[in-house]
Amino acid sequence: MTVTGLSPHTHELSAGVFVVGGGPAAAWAAYKAAQAGADVVLADKGYCGTSGATAAAGTGVWYVPPHPAEREKAMAGREALGGYLADRRWMARVLDQTYEGVNELADTGRYPFPPDGAGGQLRRGVQGPEYMRRMRILLRRAGVRILDHSPVVELLVDADGAVAGAAGYQRRHDRPYRVSAGAVVLATGGCAFLSRALGCDVNTGDGALMAAEAGAELSGMEFSNAYALAPEFSSVTKTAYYSFATFYHEDGTVLEGAGSQKGRSVIARTLLTEKVYCRIDRADADAQRAMRLAQANFFLPFDRMGIDPFTQRFPVTLLLEGTVRGTGGIRITGDDCATSVPGLYVAGDAATRELICGGFTGGGSHNAAWAISSGTWAGRGAARHAASLGPLTARRRVSALGGAGLRPTGKPGRPGAAREVVAAVQAEVLPYEKNLLRHEDRLAPALAGLHSTWSGLRASLYGGDGAEVVATRQAAALAAHGRWMYTAALARQETRGMHKREDRPGADPSSRRRLLVSGLDEIQVRPDPVAPVGPQEYAGLRAAS
Amino acid sequence: MIEVVSQDRCVKCDVCVKVCPMDVFALGPDGIPVIARQDDCQTCFMCEAHCPVDALFVAPLSGPAPAGSPYTDEAALLEAGAMGRYRAVLGWGGGRTPGSRLDQNHVFTARLAAGSQPAEETPAGRRRVSGEPSA
Ligand SMILES: Cc1cc2nc3c(=O)[nH]c(=O)nc-3n(C[C@H](O)[C@H](O)[C@H](O)COP(=O)(O)OP(=O)(O)OC[C@H]3O[C@@H](n4cnc5c(N)ncnc54)[C@H](O)[C@@H]3O)c2cc1C
Ligand code: SF4
Ligand code: SF4
Repeated sequence: MTVTGLSPHTHELSAGVFVVGGGPAAAWAAYKAAQAGADVVLADKGYCGTSGATAAAGTGVWYVPPHPAEREKAMAGREALGGYLADRRWMARVLDQTYEGVNELADTGRYPFPPDGAGGQLRRGVQGPEYMRRMRILLRRAGVRILDHSPVVELLVDADGAVAGAAGYQRRHDRPYRVSAGAVVLATGGCAFLSRALGCDVNTGDGALMAAEAGAELSGMEFSNAYALAPEFSSVTKTAYYSFATFYHEDGTVLEGAGSQKGRSVIARTLLTEKVYCRIDRADADAQRAMRLAQANFFLPFDRMGIDPFTQRFPVTLLLEGTVRGTGGIRITGDDCATSVPGLYVAGDAATRELICGGFTGGGSHNAAWAISSGTWAGRGAARHAASLGPLTARRRVSALGGAGLRPTGKPGRPGAAREVVAAVQAEVLPYEKNLLRHEDRLAPALAGLHSTWSGLRASLYGGDGAEVVATRQAAALAAHGRWMYTAALARQETRGMHKREDRPGADPSSRRRLLVSGLDEIQVRPDPVAPVGPQEYAGLRAAS
Repeated sequence: MIEVVSQDRCVKCDVCVKVCPMDVFALGPDGIPVIARQDDCQTCFMCEAHCPVDALFVAPLSGPAPAGSPYTDEAALLEAGAMGRYRAVLGWGGGRTPGSRLDQNHVFTARLAAGSQPAEETPAGRRRVSGEPSA
């Protein structure tokens, strides 16, 4: 690779496929690319095995045996909640691929699933630390070169605009690095705005920023306001068990209408003026025992605080998980998880999950399935693309694409400014009254604020040539996400999925389209020309084929 | 947040420095890790899970423990048997059964399916779903 303007201490590597990220999506991508014969490098911001939402949290998985009735039920599960924006053809593919992948995790990866009492195993959920530890072992065995603590900050492209690698910073070596590659998979997770939700502070949406700089579009960015319940003092946003909870006012009276599912906005509205308390008091003794064994990390904060959540009330909060449990992300243009940019593939939460859950959350099962499936397809797709380039890869002359936070358009500002940018973005995206309880009167000024934060940072935010670039790029990615999110939220003049407009209650049948946003300094929004595939459309497709 | 690195227990294996996703630790002059950037800690408990000798303690608070808190008092934590608890439930460490083998989520899922409440973090196949997005 020929690189212009390289600092002399830059560490240089080359690979067939470069996978960016280290959660399940990245791990599956790297594993499958290596199985397909590619020489693979994987770089994680943290440590592949502990980093990201899955490693810390653990997940239920959309693992459904291939029985037509069960599959049909599974596909129908979130369709209405997602506002019929999903695509049944993708759901069917994901169910097939996830079934295969989870079985491989059990058989080859030797993941210790619990016995089902009938000689088989229960494979509908994975414990995070164990799952990701096993994935790392699989990667090692497959010959994947893993770079930990090596956040990627920008993409490299060749003269034709095809992605030809990426560059970042190795924290433990204190040096910049670059990987030239035939293809790049972005699997950097979603964007949770540094809200301290469990395991999510590494998820600052860096992948989407890099993809947008290369010209890729995003989809479903209005569905990025997933808020999760947590004990007020804690980061543990494990939410399943709140289905067994009752919510209370401070004086001990029941908070009417509040619930983990249906009544989350009631909780949010109440939290604006008073504390909300909770008790998991609708689980019987059997359920309680099962809960302890199923999600040990849910109980960690309680045990350490000396609170019995089944009998004692504790204060709760809602933490923004953005596009981690929301569904927006980089738009996919092919079955192999390609994007509109040649050489660029996406997987996991970095990609849109509307294809399988529309505008409803991907948490609970779909996201985990998506990470496995999209990772598999992106890894294979990238391997195929890299192989098709042949020896050309090494001779490409590349240039770096990073803008905001790396190459300011004006006079570089002082170090440490990233922190202020983050605070300014958080002030617009975290408050419930702006992001969850949406209304044009609050969205529009919030978006204006974010635009002005962006103009300021674009002109001057600068990370220098040291580790600070990681912080400035993260700050820029958060600001970009806020703007994409609210641009789409204003454009969708209705209520659909998790996007609830107080000023536009109800769905508008003519708006049953996914929305695409693109651009950085100027943001464009348009309906996706590809229509969703609901139950009727799917039946039609099948009849025709 | 991470609060305690036990000087007595630590065997200087470097694992926590390597696995912390937020790069919170630095290696001290004597080879024992120090909590160098507590502000960055995301309270994910991963370092504690991976420490082979239960030398770390992550307090349940998403902010730093107040001065004088029992969460920073190693002797009290040891006394209470608080260190290494998460690793024990994960079933990591010699002679233990992986915690994932004991997973009883299906019992809980069945309960939910029987009731009217939809679930997050449970397989969707058997859910009866209603209401607004959960995450
Ligand atoms: C508390 C909680 C519970 C959940 N429960 C469920 C559930 O039960 N079922 C379900 O389906 N889903 C669930 N989810 C969602 C699920 O965890 C995610 O969808 C899943 O982790 C996505 O995998 P991923 O690999 O795309 O992202 P992640 O697992 O978040 O991993 C992203 C990785 O990218 C790395 N990275 C980020 N930026 C960079 C960069 N610039 N350079 C290099 N690396 C980078 C990070 O370090 C991290 O390793 C839950 C989420 C949370 C927070
Ligand atoms: S993982 Fe435990 S034993 Fe190893 S260096 Fe860290 S504290 Fe010490
Ligand atoms: S709790 Fe998580 S972020 Fe904090 S020090 Fe331990 S591993 Fe690092």
